[in-house]
Amino acid sequence: MKQRLEKLVERFGIPRLIIMAFVLALFILGSLTGLSTAQLLSASLVRFGMNGVLVLAMVPTITCGVGLNFGLPVGVLCGLVGALISMQLELKGFVGFISAILFSLPLAAIFGWLYGWLLNRVRGQEMMVGTYVGFSSVAFMCIFWLLAPFDNPELIWAIGGQGLRYTLTLDNHFGKVLNEFLLLKIGDLEIPFGLVGAFLLLCLLSQLFLRTKVGLAMQAAGDNPRFARAAGIDVPRMRSLGAMLSTILGAVGIIIYAQSYGFLQLYMAPLMMAFPAVAAILIGGASLARATVGHVILGTFLFQTLLTIALPVTSHIIGGDISEVARLIVSNGMILYALTRAGGGR
Amino acid sequence: MAQALRMQSITKKYYGTTVLKDVSLEVDQGEIHALVGENGAGKSTLMNVLFGMPVIHQTGGYEGEVYIGGQQVDILTPADAMALGIGMVHQEFMLIPGFTVTENIKLNREKSRPSLLSRFFGKSLEILDMEDMARDSRAALDKLGVGIEEWLPVAGLPVGYMQFVEIAREIDKENVRLLVFDEPTAVLTESEAELFLAAIKKLAQSGMAILFISHRLDEVVAVADRITVLRDGEVVGRLSREEAHLDRIAELMVGRRIERPSLPPRAKEPSDDDIILDIRDLMVDMPGERLNGLNLAIRRGEIIGLGGLAGHGKVAVANGIMGLHPAAGEVLKDGQPLPLNDPAEVLRQGLAFVSEDRRGTGLLLGDSIEHNIVFTSLQAQDRFLKEGFLPGSMLKLQDSAQIRKHALQMIKELDIRCRGPEQPVRTLSGGNQQKVCLARALTLSPEILFASEPTRGIDVGAKSLVLDLLVEFNRRMNMTVVITSSELAELRQICDRIAIIYQGRLVGILEPDAPDVEYGLMMAGGKRAGVS
Repeated sequence: MKQRLEKLVERFGIPRLIIMAFVLALFILGSLTGLSTAQLLSASLVRFGMNGVLVLAMVPTITCGVGLNFGLPVGVLCGLVGALISMQLELKGFVGFISAILFSLPLAAIFGWLYGWLLNRVRGQEMMVGTYVGFSSVAFMCIFWLLAPFDNPELIWAIGGQGLRYTLTLDNHFGKVLNEFLLLKIGDLEIPFGLVGAFLLLCLLSQLFLRTKVGLAMQAAGDNPRFARAAGIDVPRMRSLGAMLSTILGAVGIIIYAQSYGFLQLYMAPLMMAFPAVAAILIGGASLARATVGHVILGTFLFQTLLTIALPVTSHIIGGDISEVARLIVSNGMILYALTRAGGGR
Repeated sequence: MAQALRMQSITKKYYGTTVLKDVSLEVDQGEIHALVGENGAGKSTLMNVLFGMPVIHQTGGYEGEVYIGGQQVDILTPADAMALGIGMVHQEFMLIPGFTVTENIKLNREKSRPSLLSRFFGKSLEILDMEDMARDSRAALDKLGVGIEEWLPVAGLPVGYMQFVEIAREIDKENVRLLVFDEPTAVLTESEAELFLAAIKKLAQSGMAILFISHRLDEVVAVADRITVLRDGEVVGRLSREEAHLDRIAELMVGRRIERPSLPPRAKEPSDDDIILDIRDLMVDMPGERLNGLNLAIRRGEIIGLGGLAGHGKVAVANGIMGLHPAAGEVLKDGQPLPLNDPAEVLRQGLAFVSEDRRGTGLLLGDSIEHNIVFTSLQAQDRFLKEGFLPGSMLKLQDSAQIRKHALQMIKELDIRCRGPEQPVRTLSGGNQQKVCLARALTLSPEILFASEPTRGIDVGAKSLVLDLLVEFNRRMNMTVVITSSELAELRQICDRIAIIYQGRLVGILEPDAPDVEYGLMMAGGKRAGVS
């Protein structure tokens, strides 16, 4: 019995157990202090759905052997450009949302492939190089936002009329379209089936992809490149493909994120986008070499729930806001923990 | 002459397997003593005992005694060995390229004089006495009779000179009485080797005892005063300079009566009229196993063995043809050129490979048995797939039911001992892992199967099973099998012909029942008249 319990703990991983216990404790604390558990849960579900795809974007790179995609801002930027084009063309509602995704796809494919090409040149340093690719592309795009030929008055600075604004509201475009689609209300509890469903659908597609011929080839390329080569697989190509898929998911992810948030954030906002996603998948039990869709779902849920309920609960108890601090400690601590342990949980 | 080293009745077991049995060895001062034997004969183990390597003591130590200069000693660590005046010249160079010859020779034994800082902060801040160090280095190099300038940086020196620097470092140590050379000439060119042999002769004349481990029998005969031959962990011959003939040593080294089991007959014996694979001037850039222009014609339906000593390129043949290491040259299959450096195409053309690097290249260790078995076939031949949710062959889904069925059949046919097809291959024994590799190759239904070191690292029972399987593939499916092995005995058991590779080239092809002498000589690079 004791042995079986130990085995269970080992399989599940101690960090996950601690975080779960912590989340549970926060919920209990929250209800004790009179906060509505239903509201906390609703908010958590929204956060879960809006961040999930960005976390899912980590799976292709880990699978193909590139590691965690710290260069996620590349995908995020492509998504932002897609969304801006859709807004410039005054496309509204679902049409605007879908067209934003469609506009961003070719961009994400091209830049993702280039990013993969670069990563193939720096084997063994992918995560370090990816981090700086992300940082420098964000900086570069700051110039682009100023010079880009968008002239929809809603998008550009009101005074002067040159350059895009810092934060663009999506209210008149595709804000909340997915959040309000198939929204189920039971008393205080709101379940955003549309948003969560869209995320789970993408998870399912990813899972199916991993069982296709090319998906299997990608896993082998990540697992054991020499084995893959012996089986006739073009390993660098698989790695490029992984980076490309991750970038595409990053683009789709930010559009879903933005519609839920209600705003499009430009300039320096995408800079740190990769870190919460990385932390979430690691909390879910992924390692630098292995990640499954299950890790994504569990990790996103735990991480986002933690952040969502920590804010009201702590501010209620302490009277101040330590959620931002907690977020930084948890996310960066988790990344540090995973980087020092190459193995990771299964 | 005074005795420098005596190893008396050394016996060493690794986990119940005896690797050295009652081995005795004596080296006198001023003598060059050669130790020869095939790969795996026990030479390295004996040297590990002499140097007190941790691997010996972690596995239960050894039996027998070691005497240095007539005194019985216990050598428990490499530091003990060094303190007793035993020097070792490594096979790989342990030199720092950016340092000069002097700095390398004196590394960690620098001469220094006090400085202002060292008065306060201790000896590690003393100033190096470069002049004194250079003088010592010069003396050591002169002792070897080589004219390398001691101030040159090591980077850029010819390989042979690096070897000399390595030796100079050893003889510069004041107390060194016995020098051990492990395959020192393996990386040298012929003229460098000559220089080297002259140098060690000079060293021996100055009174140094030298233990010389080599595969090159001609060198051994040329310089050694006495020769000890090891085979399967036993001393099978002690020869003095007068008795030492190439033929005699070669025979002792290889010598074992091979019982060749009667193999099943074939409808049609393979012959030179029907060549399936014609290898012409194949060059393969595989680190440590370079192939420099191999010509070999492989007959359809035969089992051909590739033999030769480690480092001479025999394993590069399969790795090069399968596209795993950069290759150049020409390979014709059924008269049509086979593309080199394109693993996918080679697999499609009906060639399969069981790698010598089982855990590295051969398996997805964390993955299940069934995936390992079907993976290559699925990728290269589009088998075990079903229509997916999107068109396109790359997006076809794996057909789990078909995979399971095939895996179960293979597990039964090849007798893979496991809990089931989902067991990760990491948890299988070496022999069963090798069977999974063979099952994968078999799943490809290849015309030609390359099996590199198929029995390496697996136990005796599994060895014969693996060999039997290869014979069965050959006879039942008329599969042409190319086996690369360091164990000549197993090649001679099942092969129709055995090609011996030396320094990246073919020296000759022997019948399995050819005399031991011929094998020994060919593996040492000697060509003989009358060899087919």
